[in-house]
Amino acid sequence: MSIRNSAAEMAEALAKKEISAVELANQHYAQIEAVDKDVHAFLHLDKAGALAQAESIDKKRAAGEKLSPLAGVPLALKDVLVQKGVPTTCGSKMLEGWRPPYDATVVAKLKDAGIVILGKTNMDEFAMGSSTENSAYGPTHNPWDLTRIPGGSGGGSAAALAAFEAPLAIGTDTGGSIRQPAAVTATVGVKPTYGGVSRYGLVAFSSSLDQAGPCARTVLDTAMLHQSIAGFDPKDSTSINHAVPDVVAAAKKKDVKGLKIGIVKQLSGAGYQKGVENKFNDAVAELVKLGAEIVEVSCPNFEYALAAYYLIAPSECSSNLARFDSMRFGIRIGDDGSKGAEEVMNLTRQVGFGREVKRRIILGTYALSSGYYDAYYGSAQKVRTLIKRDFDAAFEKCDVLVSPTAPTTAFKIGEKSEDPLAMYLNDIATIPVNLAGVGGMSLPCGLADEDNLPVGFQIMSPAMKDDRMYLVGGALEAALLSKWGKPILDFAPRLAGSK
Amino acid sequence: MSLNYDQAIEKYEPTLGLEVHVELNTKSKMFCGCATEFGAEPNTQTCPVCLGLPGALPVVNKTAIESSILIGLALNCSIAPFSRFARKNYFYPDMPKNFQTSQYDEPICINGFLDVEIESDEGNKVFRIEIERVHMEEDTGKSLHVGGSTGRIHGAEYSLLDYNRAGIPLVEIVTKIVPNTGKYAPQVARAYVAALRDILRGLKVSDVKMEQGSLRCDVNLSLAPSGSGELGTRSETKNVNSLRSVETAVSGEIVRQANRLQSGEKIVQETRHFLEESGETRPGRSKEKAEDYRYFPEPDLVPVVPDNKWIDELRKTLPEKPADRRKRLQSEWSVPEKEMTAMVNAELLDTVEETVKLGADPTKARSWWLGEISRIANERDVVATELISVTAVAQIINLINQGELTDKLARQVVDGVIAGEGTPAEVISKRGLKVVSDDGALMKAIEDAIAAQPDTAERVRGGNIPAAGALIGAVMKATGGQADAAKVRELLLKHLGQ
Amino acid sequence: MSAISREEVANLARLARIEMSDAELDHLSGEMQVILGAVARVQEVASADVPPTSHPIPVNNVVREDVVIPSLSPTDALSGAPASSEQRFKVPQILGEA
Repeated sequence: MSIRNSAAEMAEALAKKEISAVELANQHYAQIEAVDKDVHAFLHLDKAGALAQAESIDKKRAAGEKLSPLAGVPLALKDVLVQKGVPTTCGSKMLEGWRPPYDATVVAKLKDAGIVILGKTNMDEFAMGSSTENSAYGPTHNPWDLTRIPGGSGGGSAAALAAFEAPLAIGTDTGGSIRQPAAVTATVGVKPTYGGVSRYGLVAFSSSLDQAGPCARTVLDTAMLHQSIAGFDPKDSTSINHAVPDVVAAAKKKDVKGLKIGIVKQLSGAGYQKGVENKFNDAVAELVKLGAEIVEVSCPNFEYALAAYYLIAPSECSSNLARFDSMRFGIRIGDDGSKGAEEVMNLTRQVGFGREVKRRIILGTYALSSGYYDAYYGSAQKVRTLIKRDFDAAFEKCDVLVSPTAPTTAFKIGEKSEDPLAMYLNDIATIPVNLAGVGGMSLPCGLADEDNLPVGFQIMSPAMKDDRMYLVGGALEAALLSKWGKPILDFAPRLAGSK
Repeated sequence: MSLNYDQAIEKYEPTLGLEVHVELNTKSKMFCGCATEFGAEPNTQTCPVCLGLPGALPVVNKTAIESSILIGLALNCSIAPFSRFARKNYFYPDMPKNFQTSQYDEPICINGFLDVEIESDEGNKVFRIEIERVHMEEDTGKSLHVGGSTGRIHGAEYSLLDYNRAGIPLVEIVTKIVPNTGKYAPQVARAYVAALRDILRGLKVSDVKMEQGSLRCDVNLSLAPSGSGELGTRSETKNVNSLRSVETAVSGEIVRQANRLQSGEKIVQETRHFLEESGETRPGRSKEKAEDYRYFPEPDLVPVVPDNKWIDELRKTLPEKPADRRKRLQSEWSVPEKEMTAMVNAELLDTVEETVKLGADPTKARSWWLGEISRIANERDVVATELISVTAVAQIINLINQGELTDKLARQVVDGVIAGEGTPAEVISKRGLKVVSDDGALMKAIEDAIAAQPDTAERVRGGNIPAAGALIGAVMKATGGQADAAKVRELLLKHLGQ
Repeated sequence: MSAISREEVANLARLARIEMSDAELDHLSGEMQVILGAVARVQEVASADVPPTSHPIPVNNVVREDVVIPSLSPTDALSGAPASSEQRFKVPQILGEA
């Protein structure tokens, strides 16, 4: 048993008592110790809590109790989900030292499933960014090339997987924050249907777009984690009261014969790196070999998705982030006894928020303000309708849609940090999914010829048909594995000190 | 020279607008399961949702929606087939999320009316108050300002926040402008708030205690020169918290605005605060720039789309309208208007009705609750129904009617029950309170009384029946009040040949 | 494309309760100009006959029964407070009035 195994293999070894949960957690902590000084995937390690949980799982197993399939398998949790008593920062200085008094529903479900939470992973501040450079605690480095970004906002979770610091991770995806990091690190990430996984305890960036989801190194692991965290939550009004599709069975089926797969015309061409398009096309060819039928579809309004997103997300964030005012939690700046509450709020928010967060709050405040609402926020909501219609029409013709996940492979740290618009373009292929609330998966489909860096393949499913992503993803993964002869992460350079 | 009210109203025509905030009496808060008890220890009724902690999400209280629909139905409103919550964005420390979850352009109820009656120079007069909207929102926390000299906001050194009240469901009932009230504007405003309070009480959706803030009124008022047909600039007087204050706030604003206009000054559109002590208003802190609340649909909540079935089910539970009920009870009980009003004002109409339902005589029920029991309640500064149960009072009244108790004995029973000595039957038995109904014992007392007052007895024999009162009084005194006065009278008159 | 002035950005910062230096305001108004120019594209297709979508998955009438559930203990409620006193959140003096 090694930290390079899949979560499913680890679960099996645990079930057979070939390894204990405590040993498995310790192996991962050893790897974190060895590589995380270079990768910086974690913001906080909850070693005591994790080992106590692992020990309790081991005891239960020894006592013959029936355990969940992933019981005892370690996981890295994106620092945007609250965990009772464990520091939760959202990558922001604003929340430095804050220990939430409650568990997010996702966290409660992980605990119930006996999944061992190793620690909290790095992210762009309040999930705003595509590179994890916007973390107040320093960037995360891509294990494929430490000078490059691991994607964002969930770069910490993706890097932890790619660096074998954890076999499972939780991410959140508002415009691509699970899928784009998965793409640039050669890992798997799924943004479930909006409402499929509870948002209770997920610190909100953009409420109508945010969705927590599973991340792992294989499609099956991702499905198993998906199954563990999904389901209706009465604490989240937008949660869907609908049975979770059997994603694990779908991931295992590996049969796409006769399936209609739509290629979205608008998600290719200008702006897409040559090597990315090539690997995407190779993967499509694999699916054809497996018996899938390829249909080209047009979604003309996707062209406006990025613009709509950069109005809706900032608008909602300007309101969601208003509560960070230093009155009830978080840091407080300038309270010297002479200043009023308003001034202290202003100073705290000046110091506590980073540049990107401020930029979006100001943009959102503008888009919602009287006189501009209809032109900006209102228009963006209309574009959302048009994009939904595009999806509806496309899904009439095919079972899933596919595209490259990100237009380029991982870029250099610092390369785009002075150009917000260039940065926003990273999400061009992932954003339509969030606007329409449908499902999206990214899985690795090869290394780009020009830079030998991972390329992500995106599969989009209709709402509440998340199993279709796993069906296609599982089949494609198996085909590519036999083509390459080994898992794609085995092509990555070995990190110094790695176990 | 400044104008008084009569002069002001002669020159200017007032236009009213009333916004009433009602705290619903749901068990839990609007968007979370925290309790809503009034007066709990600070921050004991809070959770991640009502503290606005990162990650927390709201879920709407079904009863709050139903109460709002009931209010709309009782106010003759249309229930919106589609309504939504919005976020009203502004920063204030007593508002945990720094936005208030409220309804904006899609309220749950619209376009209703309420008829109110006032006494005018030409007799009773009915005004129809049109309701623009009824919408749901949430209350804020409470701040305590510490330090400084005044205890008020200005000069405080710091503030302490208690979020127990944050998230308690509020319903805001907004009238359309109320024109043509003329000099009756203050009475109309008061009558409207009173009628609204009665309706809400009848619906049992709120405690409607103005003194505890569960019903708060904002008064909008503008003046225009009489006969001009114009609409002047309005002021908004916040938190007027008693019926009397509603009346004074309106008349006070009429005089204040009239005097400004009279001296050529402009009325500033502003928020004013009502000063309970003086009955005057003072301006609120003016803001450098108007707030921009940046309303947008609350993305954490889904639309409220009540179907006809739901609305019809609620409609079936609507109680009789207070005005109709009052008329019905007045005729059933044959009580004068004045006494009905007294019962309503004392908030004892429900109590009296329940007592009557348990078999008590309406006149006695009214006089016991409004008389003896209210007197003791006032002395102790409690609510009458907290002193003694409806059942106990009904039992006592029934015993009086059966001749088992005299009024005097009944008062002792009431005292005993209030003192916690048990049920009326237990008090009667413990205290040995029993009407003397033994004819032999009574006859002895009657004969003694006649012997003591032979002249009076002679007059009665001669046909002067009212004179018997003195003899009856003596008998009652001799029996320590435990005799049934009617019985004594009957025996006495018979004995004296009448 | 509407131009956005430095004064407008200053007003937005005031609404958003973020203190900003002159340099920050200058920088941000430049960036806002560029970003707004890009996002204004939504107006090209947002015609009057298109209804807005605010929830990706339409659901209505999600409610909870009116049942009390235990609150946080006051200690937990106040655990994250930068300052507290008398079981209340202690905050700097509140100058304005809502």
